[in-house]
Amino acid sequence: MAHDHHDHEHPHDHTHDHPHGSDLTPVEARVRALESLLVEKGYVEPAALDALVEMYETQVGPHNGARVVARAWTDPAFRARLLADATPAIAELDIGGRGGEHMVVVANAPGEHNLVVCTLCSCYPWPVLGLPPVWYKAPPYRARAVIDPRGVLAEFGLHLPESTRITVWDSTAETRYMVLPERPAGTEGWDETRLAALVTRDAMIGTGLAKAPEQAA
Amino acid sequence: MSAPEPGPFAAPWEAQVFALVVSLRDAGVFTWAEWAAALGRAIRPGDDPEAAADYGRWLAALEALLTERGIAAPEGVDARRDAWLRAAAATPHGQPIRLENDPLRS
Repeated sequence: MAHDHHDHEHPHDHTHDHPHGSDLTPVEARVRALESLLVEKGYVEPAALDALVEMYETQVGPHNGARVVARAWTDPAFRARLLADATPAIAELDIGGRGGEHMVVVANAPGEHNLVVCTLCSCYPWPVLGLPPVWYKAPPYRARAVIDPRGVLAEFGLHLPESTRITVWDSTAETRYMVLPERPAGTEGWDETRLAALVTRDAMIGTGLAKAPEQAA
Repeated sequence: MSAPEPGPFAAPWEAQVFALVVSLRDAGVFTWAEWAAALGRAIRPGDDPEAAADYGRWLAALEALLTERGIAAPEGVDARRDAWLRAAAATPHGQPIRLENDPLRS
């Protein structure tokens, strides 16, 4: 018999509730509702939405901020421009745009540590760091970073000396902060590409430090 | 040394909400300051404890802003959501869900 498909095991696993239809969760249906209404009314274009998702999934991320930090570590004049007026300095590396319209970079130094939070919601410097991690958006971090920064840092495994002064910066929609971590010892003579590999997202939020040379991947 | 960073979105709908907000702001429907204020309200609902500023709250903040601006009323969004749910139920598993598949669509 050539057409005995009915005798074959059905390849699908019918463990879901609606074997003859498709499932949308309530939130998925709601998002589709908004998107389809906004497309019909001409506020948004499907192709533009797809392009945005692609861009933030693949191009925008902490590797951009790491380039900025590595440049600042190797070029004192750039570092001075970055700390004086960050947005145009960052633009020199062709980094900028939404969520980075007004950037401020604060530099760590011996005895000085900086930590960034958004106490209102989740304001974050997208062009240099991408979109924020879940913990950055969660109430415990938002609330405690200001009240007990040392305790928060300890939870990230960062134990700073008691003598180190910690300054907390509250990002807003208008002003978004990034930390310039200290250059690790033992990296003399390294070029920017090698140095950038030491710069983590958390180091630029202030919940971590740049990696030591022996931790480099 | 460390595990690779997870992508910025935990599910496709999160990415869709993000893209809608960015597009609407690009189109001048609201500013970043207005968006932050709306999100700030959405994560502090009444007497409940503060919530995470996750994409569920982005969705709530977006709906509130669209209602305020007279762009999309809640009843219209509810009706369209129901149409999507009917369309999904009428779509064979594994095929793309389209609004045209809503059996009640006129």
